[in-house]
Amino acid sequence: MALVTYRDALNQALREELRRDPAVFLMGEEVGVYQGAYKVSKGLLQEFGPQRIVDTPITEEGFSGVGVGAAMAGLRPIIEMMTWNFSLVAIDQIVNGAAKLLYMSGGQFKIPIVFRGPGGAAHQLAAQHSQSLEAWYASVPGLKVVAPSTPYDAKGLLKSAIRDDDPVIFMEGETLYGSKGEVPDEEYTIPIGVTDVKRQGTDVTVVAWSKMVTVALKAAETLAADGISCEVIDPRTIRPLDDGPILESVRKTNRCVILEEGWPYAGVGAQIAYQVQQAAFGDLDAPIARVTGLDVPMPYAKNLEHMVMPTPARLVAAVREVLYLD
Amino acid sequence: MTTPAIPDHVSRQLAATPRAQLVDMLYQMLLGRRYEEKCAEMYALQKIGGFCHLYIGQEAVAIGALSTLRPDDLVITAYREHVHALIKGCDPGRVMAELFGRRDGVSRGKGGSMHLFDKDKGMLGGHGIVGGHIPLATGTAFAAKYQQKDYVTLCFFGEAAVNIGTFHESLNMAALWKLPVIYIVENNRFGMGTAIERSSAIYDVAQRACAYDMANETVDGMDVLAIRDVIGRAVDLARRESLPTLIEARCYRFMGHSMSDPVHGHYRTKEEVEGQKQQDPIKQYFEYLKTAGLATQALLEELDRKARAVTEQAVQFAEASPEPSADELYQDVYAEPYGPYTRSEQ
Repeated sequence: MALVTYRDALNQALREELRRDPAVFLMGEEVGVYQGAYKVSKGLLQEFGPQRIVDTPITEEGFSGVGVGAAMAGLRPIIEMMTWNFSLVAIDQIVNGAAKLLYMSGGQFKIPIVFRGPGGAAHQLAAQHSQSLEAWYASVPGLKVVAPSTPYDAKGLLKSAIRDDDPVIFMEGETLYGSKGEVPDEEYTIPIGVTDVKRQGTDVTVVAWSKMVTVALKAAETLAADGISCEVIDPRTIRPLDDGPILESVRKTNRCVILEEGWPYAGVGAQIAYQVQQAAFGDLDAPIARVTGLDVPMPYAKNLEHMVMPTPARLVAAVREVLYLD
Repeated sequence: MTTPAIPDHVSRQLAATPRAQLVDMLYQMLLGRRYEEKCAEMYALQKIGGFCHLYIGQEAVAIGALSTLRPDDLVITAYREHVHALIKGCDPGRVMAELFGRRDGVSRGKGGSMHLFDKDKGMLGGHGIVGGHIPLATGTAFAAKYQQKDYVTLCFFGEAAVNIGTFHESLNMAALWKLPVIYIVENNRFGMGTAIERSSAIYDVAQRACAYDMANETVDGMDVLAIRDVIGRAVDLARRESLPTLIEARCYRFMGHSMSDPVHGHYRTKEEVEGQKQQDPIKQYFEYLKTAGLATQALLEELDRKARAVTEQAVQFAEASPEPSADELYQDVYAEPYGPYTRSEQ
């Protein structure tokens, strides 16, 4: 096991899959000569050349569609969004194209494509560069949505995404790129759609993914000092959602808090809460609580931005609320 | 009708093309016409639902263009594509079954009129968002170059699609990366009910290629041999030099935008439509063949009977095909088996 950054773990996944399968190529803005806007594709141009590491104009809808067309013709494209915010100009190609073609062709055209890049807020990037869009994409049948929280998960899941025969929306955490974790030296993959328990606990189930797992683990430490035991569950894949371990945990703890960076209205947490109450209503001792980004466009001012983002303190308060401690 | 003078491109094509292929093109035009007339009838009988856009009047474009292709070349189109699918080799019965929403349809009843797909025949749909498929064609051309294969992609869309971003993004990439794709603008003058003069700052659509330093030509879209001539050159350029071309084919649709529209409506006059019908592409082509001694009235009638018979058989095939079964509903959402996502749906 080596201690590897989230960024390098992704880079390893890309490199290994590019080596394994000549049909795999990476396309996007600044992926080649510049070495990646966030350096995830560092060194790939040097190893694989400009045919397979393709720098594009700033033309997200165009190159997203080029990826879908290339997939129709038998290739396995990886399309990098410099950030997921920019995918909104490409969403027609993703939702009306990638997600629909297998179904409306009666099963003839598989679209093995990965759209990947960073999502979520970073620091003071304001409203257009700070969005968590997993709920948008997760609502679309035909898409898979993955949002890993650790270097280990990021590498294993990206490799599976590249090998998957369906379009995968792969959302990396912009502020996670520098975070470190253990990654095995030998090759491994993690299947899409398998939930992971990030911390065992007995009093309350906290569901979180991507960088919110870090927030959840910090809050769990704080709560542990007060004798409250949190189980932190990371679905890792938003769609398809492996709700089994979540339900199993709720049946044990009888309480559930869902933590989400995105907006509350029609968020992923709303979906998870629906599934939990439907399957485990009798096991709940309190209403399910949600901690989310606030229901506003992201403000620039540092103090206001801090108010919008879910924090360990807000999660601690929500956990105490479902435990009827305050 | 008076005997037309034979232009150079017609003489050239008549000399260079085997007679059997010339006659087959006449048959294809008749099949396209009779098939679409039958679709109108089936739509009126509510056998066909949803949106249904007919190709009547524009047959020369698809038939001239596709006459230049190899079987491994690809065709991708907007939603007025029944005839493109037939000519690319899709079975007429399976196309009609698709329009009827039946299990034996080319897209297993999941696509309908706007989404005809046949992978084995190189028919890549049938796409319903104006301009949405133009990047897909750019992508298949990218794949051809990546795979070092020499198939080409023909991408058809209406003139109204040249005002949407994907058109420009695609032409830029195709020219920048030298991709083997031919973009064919079927300029029937109206984007639904909006005339080109009211939607485009430039009247000559082919000029749009200048912004991308791309080869371009304008062609009479009612003249099947003119299309064959021009597209043939573009296909050669794509196949031999991996270069894209933008072709503007000026044509006219004799029907409304879709089956829910009247033939002329508020945006064009009955006189205009009747005047355009005098330029019927089938009649014009037949006259060329007749003048050149390559076809007779008797042959025309024989081909027309065959086209009507094939169309009738297609309807019978579609009628006999079952509706998709309920267990197909969740099939092909994903490549792997997939079911309802929550218990409440089961």
